[in-house]
Amino acid sequence: MTTTTAPTRSWYKRNEIAVTPWLFLIPGIIFFALYVIFPIFQSFWISFHEWDGLGEKTWVGTANYERLLGGDRKFGISFWNNVRWLALYLLAIPMGLFISLFLNQKVFGIRLYKSLFFFPFVISQVVVGLVFSWFYLPNDGLFDIIVGTVGIDVSGGILGNPNTATYGIIAAGLWPQTAYCMILYLTGLNAVDPEQVEAARLDGAKGARMLWYVILPQLKPATFIAFVVTIIGALRSFDFIAVMTNGGPFGSTRVLSFYMFEESLSEFGFRMGYGAAIAVVLFFLMLIFITYFLWSMYQDEKGAR
Amino acid sequence: MFPTPIEKRSRKWQIGYQALLPFVLFIWLLPLIAVAIFSIKPEADFVNGNYWGMPSSFEMFTNYGKVFFESDMPRYLLNSVFITVPTVIGAVILSSMTGFALGVYRFRGNLLIFFMFIAGNFVPFQILMVPVRDLTLDLGLYDTKMGLVLFHVAFQTGFCTLFMRNFIRQLPYALIEAARVEGVSEWRIFVYVVLPLMKPALAALSVLIFTFIWNDYFWAIVLTQGPDSQPVTAGITSFNSQFRSAYHLMSAGSIVAALPPVAMFFLMQKHFIAGLTLGAVK
Repeated sequence: MTTTTAPTRSWYKRNEIAVTPWLFLIPGIIFFALYVIFPIFQSFWISFHEWDGLGEKTWVGTANYERLLGGDRKFGISFWNNVRWLALYLLAIPMGLFISLFLNQKVFGIRLYKSLFFFPFVISQVVVGLVFSWFYLPNDGLFDIIVGTVGIDVSGGILGNPNTATYGIIAAGLWPQTAYCMILYLTGLNAVDPEQVEAARLDGAKGARMLWYVILPQLKPATFIAFVVTIIGALRSFDFIAVMTNGGPFGSTRVLSFYMFEESLSEFGFRMGYGAAIAVVLFFLMLIFITYFLWSMYQDEKGAR
Repeated sequence: MFPTPIEKRSRKWQIGYQALLPFVLFIWLLPLIAVAIFSIKPEADFVNGNYWGMPSSFEMFTNYGKVFFESDMPRYLLNSVFITVPTVIGAVILSSMTGFALGVYRFRGNLLIFFMFIAGNFVPFQILMVPVRDLTLDLGLYDTKMGLVLFHVAFQTGFCTLFMRNFIRQLPYALIEAARVEGVSEWRIFVYVVLPLMKPALAALSVLIFTFIWNDYFWAIVLTQGPDSQPVTAGITSFNSQFRSAYHLMSAGSIVAALPPVAMFFLMQKHFIAGLTLGAVK
């Protein structure tokens, strides 16, 4: 920014307001383009090749996609597991709302309670996954002991049984995600207009009706963010699966993000092209939501101008 | 206030609520309490099947001593520090600049660049994985902390720019105009007018990014391998294979690994929550 020679300096001075933003943007844009924007397009390119990551790429056209969509059983399982994650992960939003309503009081020590309820979100997913996998241990796990007392026996334990494993992992994921949604709603509840609540109360509204017609509309921004982070989180789910089951038993807990990783970097060989094709499918799945998020944000921006 | 403040209810309600709180909290944190107890149990308890009962003896020092002196844990922890701290600094510097540019100036493409940053931030990691791993290999930075830091800085810049830009937008624009009238150059406005006002945003972002990066697992296993440069999240899983079913050591290790972000959260709680809930209130 310190241009020294006289003529450049005067040009810079004359155009300072037009040039400065770009000078400030350049480092950030270069970094972001190099590591985020270009790689997206590179992945598209790689997905049309067969490539082991080292040698020459071989152009195979749409062969990867044909194989993927034309009856790759692992892909089907991964896709449907992603759908399950999406649907069940969204439960974090009502659960978070419920806990935030429970905690939105002013009693002694409530601040400490709130932060302790938020605690799970701060811990890494790897640790949460490990803890839950011990909780689910067959025979010795607390979960097995508890459901055993009412006579339910999941053969192989929750994580060892292909019918229950994915649900077990999602439940573990819901724990920190609920904490996140809770904190969003607690902040939102703090900003609810007390006069409107009082007015509604005078009109005889209370309980569920009050919540639905008066409180929830005011919590809309919090709900929007909760949706964004929960959907992104559901589609990004990787850590829990890698730590808790590593895709098993019998591949029943794979999701697209995990399957992609497995194909590209597993010990069975480096199928980068096929992996990239899976990533592209996941990207388009995500793009549906990203477009919607960006569109809503754009509406807000237009309103602000 | 909603729901009805408890102090307006009958005495019975109040006592009931106060009694319910610790009970619900106990259930909510049960998994964590379990690990904490696991980590001070002797090995014999697990052999005898005493998983969830009281410890037969308290082995806190033996277990944590083993984690600190007989495993790679300290190295992994140090790696995490050397990955996380530079990332926080880098991302905060880059994004305060981009945030300033996008928040203060009006120019063509402003909103487009802003939305590029937001969109990139939502993208699934997997679509970046192969090219980023390739790029890191080409730069000769595979399996180095530097390689991880560079990627993290770049990726976090997306989220941080969103944050900074929205924060700068809320600052009084008149201040900047007044400085301009005084003839203060643009970069001096950034350093002397805007930056001092951004302290809360800088603090909030720093704690958030610290936690995100400390807890990252995916990129750690994609871009690094082995105890020379892997952070603690990846370390704990290799710990897992080293001490298979040594639950007492695994628990102690997990607690050590989870502690820094937890400490960060409790020390900087206000900033952390302010950062996380940005936009949750209009």
